[in-house]
Amino acid sequence: MAVTETEQRIIRYNDAFNETLAELLREDPDIFIAGEDVGRYGGVFQSFANLNAEFGDERVVDTPIAEQAIIGLGIGAAAVGLRPIVDLMFMDFVMVSMDQIANQAAKMKYMFGGKAKLPLTITTTGGAGLGAAAQHSQSLEAWLIHVPGLKVVYPSNPYDLKGLLVSCVRDDNPTIFTLHKAMLGSKGHVPEGLYEIPLGEANVVREGTDATIVAIGKMVSEAEKAASTLAEEGIEVEIIDPRTLLPFDMDTVIQSAKKTNRIVIVHEAVKNGGIGAEISAQIQEQAFDYLDAPVTRVAAPFAPVPFSPALEQSYVPNAESIAKGVRDVLHRNI
Amino acid sequence: MATKEQTKISKEVLFDLHRRMVRIRLLEEAAGQLASEARIPGFIHLYVGEEAVAAGGCVALKDEDQISSTHRGHGHLVAKGGEFKPMMAEFMGKATGYCKGKGGSMHISDLDLGMLGANGIVGAGVPIAVGAAFANKYRNNGLVTMSFFGDGSTNIGAFHEAANMACALHLPIVFMCENNEYAEYTARERVMAITDVADRAAAYGMPGVIVDGMDVVAVYEAARVAVARARNGEGPSMIECKTYRYYDHAGVSGLGRTYRSDEEVQEWMERDPIKLFEAQLAKAKVMSEEEAKEIHAGIQAEIDEAIEFAENSPLPDPEVDMLTDVYTEVS
Ligand SMILES: Cc1ncc(C[n+]2csc(CCOP(=O)(O)OP(=O)(O)O)c2C)c(N)n1
Ligand SMILES: [Mg+2]
Repeated sequence: MAVTETEQRIIRYNDAFNETLAELLREDPDIFIAGEDVGRYGGVFQSFANLNAEFGDERVVDTPIAEQAIIGLGIGAAAVGLRPIVDLMFMDFVMVSMDQIANQAAKMKYMFGGKAKLPLTITTTGGAGLGAAAQHSQSLEAWLIHVPGLKVVYPSNPYDLKGLLVSCVRDDNPTIFTLHKAMLGSKGHVPEGLYEIPLGEANVVREGTDATIVAIGKMVSEAEKAASTLAEEGIEVEIIDPRTLLPFDMDTVIQSAKKTNRIVIVHEAVKNGGIGAEISAQIQEQAFDYLDAPVTRVAAPFAPVPFSPALEQSYVPNAESIAKGVRDVLHRNI
Repeated sequence: MATKEQTKISKEVLFDLHRRMVRIRLLEEAAGQLASEARIPGFIHLYVGEEAVAAGGCVALKDEDQISSTHRGHGHLVAKGGEFKPMMAEFMGKATGYCKGKGGSMHISDLDLGMLGANGIVGAGVPIAVGAAFANKYRNNGLVTMSFFGDGSTNIGAFHEAANMACALHLPIVFMCENNEYAEYTARERVMAITDVADRAAAYGMPGVIVDGMDVVAVYEAARVAVARARNGEGPSMIECKTYRYYDHAGVSGLGRTYRSDEEVQEWMERDPIKLFEAQLAKAKVMSEEEAKEIHAGIQAEIDEAIEFAENSPLPDPEVDMLTDVYTEVS
């Protein structure tokens, strides 16, 4: 149902996260949160602010710096019936805890012949743009979508954030929920109360006929800016935000490919072996005959995230490089 | 177990300890100021308050010895001989920085100085230090590695794996813990059931001593004993320095924070390592107040010059510098 501007409650992405956690904690006593600085301090980005005060040390737990044990804490507690939310302060620390994530959480159900149920949510923050350098700026979704058994979610706006987070926490599988740290202050409409957005359902953010942009996370808003520029040039792009990266809603992308015949995939991670490679491969498997141009990827160069803003600015894709990618698939760059 | 040597410290060494502490302090104060004016981008983790640890530790080392560092690494690099100009340039993301602007504050390093890198991953420097110590033993070159890490770092697996391996392999290494009572915004007692990190040493079979980390001579004396042990092939040691950071985990706010009390901060600041040491030196008639002031002024002038150098330095060029240094080119 359409909501008018005045009826809409506009809140910050970070506050949508915080509010959703509070509402979930109130609803289900089996939910607890654990992570570094999430308790008394409320998280390094204040994403967990006031939760410890309301729910206490038992339910909003400050942990030692121990990422393997943090994930393990979540796995063990989930395996015996709780519904944990565990936090990795930065997505880069996925690497520190990868055994627990990929060998343990992801595989337990399968290895045990289906008996295990792991309602575990891992929250984290990814993305570049803050001058945080090579070990605090990465987008590691490609590492995660390679692992059968995980679900990987990346909201691009506050509304989706809430609905997707609720679905993650209520899901009986291990899910990884990434906030973009350069989007924490961005604002949008978020209803009060809990609602779900199903995992594995893409969102068509903008309809168009000339080309399709598949963009994830913060790249969605950059794609929207690019779309406005391109519209002035008479190019109408469709934008798809997959929202969930695993499972991936390929149907929506294929439908769009059949309509626009040209696809540009945008992500912040390095291009090589990125999620764009997987999407592109599936498009050519399922819609090869519909393509009028090779699928194009706009992504980071094959280097660690550089510190200097002079380098970082051109490392991360933006509206300009996305628009260029679209003109490329339309052969408009002369 | 080696006991504390009671040798008299030469005037030269006392001046060196002082100079390295003041170099760290003044650089950090300048960096903090620049960061608060957004002339330094990104996050910075300042070492102010903890100078005695890096200075006392590094003066006990030879120039060729190695150290590993942390996210709070500026002080370690300065203590190991780091120069202001390339440091300041690196903080500002300039091409003339120690890391050509690619690493920044959190990854500042110079392998030529035996500095194995500041590190964005808590605990990650410790295993790397063990590797350097292994190489020193392998080559029988008589060198020692000193690994600096925080109290919080001793809660992560990498630390424990590295400490055990170093002891099992009997490596020439010194584990130098900077216990400043906090990991980011969480107090030690909320995440550790022990008070003294040094207790952990026994679990791996090495001596663990506790020293006053605001007393540079105490740190230096303990480091000398541990370094000598390592150099003599007697294996690893751990030193826990009780210290404190004056500023926040990152950035420059210090007082008025909820996770620690202003009284606590002020109590520690009253035991300032530089002021304490200067008072001792004046009392022993080793360095007068005047001399100390001159040393500060000389170092400040050097820092001002470094800021000018850094601000006038070129930025890296994305076209040229983005993809270089990812791999070592085949020559
Ligand atoms: C593996 C990992 N986990 C978490 C962090 C975030 N983090 C950075 S510094 C820090 C606290 C470190 O505390 P301590 O080792 O005591 O060093 P101090 O900052 O007090 O010098 C944390 C949690 C990180 N960088 N790496
Ligand atoms: Mg600490």
